[in-house]
This record gives sequence, structure tokens and C-alpha cells, in this order.
Amino acid sequence: MLKVIIDNIEIQVEEGTTILQAARMIGGKVVPPAMCYYSKLKDSGGKCRSCLVKVVKGSAKDPRPVPKLVASCSTPVQDGMVVENTLSAEVQEARKGVVEMLLINHPLDCPVCDQAGECDLQDLSFGFGMEETETIEPRREYPGIDIGPLIKLNMNRCIHCYRCVLAAEQLTKKRAHGMLYRGDTMEISTFIQTAIDNDFSGNMIDVCPVGALTDRTFRFRSRVWFLNPMDARRECGKCSGKVVAWMFGKEIYRITGRKDQFGEVEEFICNECRFEKKDINDWVIEGPRKIKRQSVISSNHYEQMKKGSIIHPIEGTTEPQE
Amino acid sequence: MTAAGLTKRSKIVSNKTMSFWEKIYLPAIIHGMWITAGHLFRKKTTVRYPEVKREFSEIYRGKHVLKRDDEGRERCTACGLCAVACPAEAITMVAAERKPGEENLYREEKYASTYEINMLRCIFCGLCEEACPKEAIFLTKEIVNADYDRDKFIYGKELLVEPMDPLKRIDVSKRQTPEVLEFKKDRNQRHNVH
Repeated sequence: MLKVIIDNIEIQVEEGTTILQAARMIGGKVVPPAMCYYSKLKDSGGKCRSCLVKVVKGSAKDPRPVPKLVASCSTPVQDGMVVENTLSAEVQEARKGVVEMLLINHPLDCPVCDQAGECDLQDLSFGFGMEETETIEPRREYPGIDIGPLIKLNMNRCIHCYRCVLAAEQLTKKRAHGMLYRGDTMEISTFIQTAIDNDFSGNMIDVCPVGALTDRTFRFRSRVWFLNPMDARRECGKCSGKVVAWMFGKEIYRITGRKDQFGEVEEFICNECRFEKKDINDWVIEGPRKIKRQSVISSNHYEQMKKGSIIHPIEGTTEPQE
Repeated sequence: MTAAGLTKRSKIVSNKTMSFWEKIYLPAIIHGMWITAGHLFRKKTTVRYPEVKREFSEIYRGKHVLKRDDEGRERCTACGLCAVACPAEAITMVAAERKPGEENLYREEKYASTYEINMLRCIFCGLCEEACPKEAIFLTKEIVNADYDRDKFIYGKELLVEPMDPLKRIDVSKRQTPEVLEFKKDRNQRHNVH
């Protein structure tokens, strides 16, 4: 067992754990945001740099600090390591820069985007972003692509996190899409626009941190915060059949996987559950899904009113240190 | 505690018998008529609406308008922020996807195929206007007309969207302070760059 201190909180972890995983074991404000790392996908992480942290003390044996900020999702902990996330002004400043970089080419079309309200980048830029942008150059623009009849790809919004590529590679037998070109002009594409057609391709939508991949069966039907998320299950031969049904009255508008507090699905679900079963009789409704209080999806759902609960600062966001 | 202790406004009622002058009621009637006659010659506090209309403030919050942009395209993109901001829950909308060839009608990829405001629920607070990221909805100096039928107060797009004709557009520039207009010119603000 290795001892690691993150933001003055000590925790014992197994060898091979990354700093991000250790921070997630502590939970709360200590957890760095992650746009590309996805614990359920092998080899994910290390691309977006939004999880940068400062290592103040390398290890018990070698107490020198690491000279540069490290990506917590891909750095394993050492025994006696001391890490600063919210306590370090340098980290907060760097994260602000990362958000700015991610937003250079990201269009401000949240009013149109179906992901708005449950978008990681929206949360990240709300937490760390700036009011102003320094870029005056036009953003890159691509036409929208229909990847098959079920998935819509909007490359303008893509932040090159690779999650969808990894999901396709690890969940399905044969992936039919990948990254083309390099750097700024990089884009997700399928092999000569072939439709992605296999049972688990819909999970690309769930793993996408932004609105680049969205559900065509739900396209523009409603805003997520007008829907009631309900835990639902059914007998399914291909997957666990445990999903969240997003309902409006008695109508199911869309089906997604059950996402945990870090925005990762608990279990990947199959396309039949996701796209085809939109009738309430197909599902056993277990009860309302708890969504984080600070999410816009929970707005106007007064399950429990605490005195002054509205004027309290939003939980989970970290203010930059002075 | 006695009844008088509950409130300071309680009065003790007396059952004393009226005198002769009080019984004929005439002095009381004449006194009442005198007050009424006196009011006839005072300055009137009401106006004869709709022939006479009161002066409205430039930023009066009346009936809503859904603005079009300079090219006549609808600005509203059915983002739902007005509906979520609305404290009276008066706004509902259904979004639709713009088809090829409709670029001259709708500004964005998505538009509101129906947009309804229940004017009976609306409290004209103007929060929808504040929430709107596309500067599509504004409150105007017009007032919502009275009607006999409750159903007629649910205003759809045909009543809310301003006319295409540039001469019949509804001017909302008075609702935008000089500071707001100055802010909009600043291209460094991410809000102003599309």
C-alpha cells in the first residue's frame, strides 16, 4: 500500500493507482476534472490536460518536486507523494489555460446542442473558463455527418479526446471509425462514411464529453433539463439492461447508460435498449435517478429544501485560489 | 386572553337605540349626497381607455415579441432557457431541425416549431428576456388585449414573431441600455462571436 497526500488529505492506495484515481477515492472537491480519461476504457487519458496537478513532493525516497505540472490521469502515485490540486494557484491558472485551448475551436452553440446541460466542457468552462476569448480567428467548420441512422457527428464540437475511438475499439469487434489528419485539423471519421453498425456503437454517445456525438433519435426533441431521469431496466440478452430513461410525462424521450458522479457510465448498454425501446411498456421503472444537485437537470426539482440552499455556492466547483 | 387582546383593531359594539333624527336617515342621506356631489367636480383619476391611453414607459414590460435578425430570419433557436427561467412556467416550446432551403427563415440549425406563452400565467417579469442567449425574445410596450375566451390567451408563434416586413419591425432598442449595446460591439467577448 502506498501513502499519498492530496490537498492535505492522506489516503492509502494500491500500487499502480494513478493520482486521479486516488483523488476519486477521496472524492469531493479534490477530484481534478477529466475530459478524456474514462476509467472504463483502457489507455484513455493524457490528451486533454484538464486534470493537471502539481506534485510538491515526488516520493518518500526522492522528495524533490516534479518541475512541471503532471497529468493526474496518467501519473501513477509513489509512496509518500504530496499532490496539490485545489490548493495550488499554478494548477488553477494552468487549467484556465487548458479550458481556453479546448474552447479555441469549440463553437458557442450550446443553445442548439443536445448535450447542453450535461456537457463536461460546459461545466469545465463554467468552473474555470474566462468571460473573454483572445482568439479572433474563425473557428474550423465542418458539415454535420450522419454516422448511420442513429448517431449524428458534429466535428465542430469535437475536442479530440479519443474516447469514442477507444470505446468502439474495446466494446465492439471491429471499429469502423477513427481519427484522420493531425493537430488542429484532426477529425473523427468513418471509412468513406461507412455507417457504424454494431450492437454497442451507441455508447460512443455516452462517452463523448461534449456534443460531438449525439443521439439522432433524440435530436432536438427536448432539452435535458425538462425531462425526468428514471432508473429503468429490462431483460436484455446483449447487455445488463440497466439504463436511465429520460421521460416527459409517460413518454420516453431517450435512453442513456447510468452515469456515476464522474460522468462515466456504470455499464455499457446495447443499441437495442438505447434506440429501439422507447415504449414505457418495454421497461420496469425503478424510480427517479438522482442527479447531482448542482446540475441544471436538477433545477426546479425541490426534493429537499435546505435553508439557504439556493444562495450557497455550487458544490463541487473549485474557486481559483487568490 | 380576552378577545380585545388579540388585535388592536377590535371595536366594542354598542346596541344603543337611535334618536329621532337618526331614525329618519335624511341627514345621513344628505351628507352622503354632498360627498358624492363634491367628487363630481374633482379632477378625474381614471382615463377613458381605449380612446385615451396613458403614457407608457419606454421600457414597459408588455406583450412579448420574437425578433427576427437583419436578414429576416427567426433568432429563436428553442434552447429552452426562457422556459426554465420563467417563474410562472408560462412558456412552452417544441424544437425542430431546419431543413435545407430554410436557411432564409431560421438563423440556426434548430428552431422553435411551436412557441407558446400563456399570457394568463405570465407575470411580465422579463426574466425570459434576460435569459435569452440569442436576443430573440423581448417584452414590448404593447399590452395583451382582453378577451372573453381563456384559450385565446395562449399566444403562439403567429402572434409573437414580428413581421418579416422591415418597416413593421418592432423596435426594442430602447430596452437595450447604451452599456449593453457597447458590450455587443466587443468582438473579444465570446458571447458576440458565433
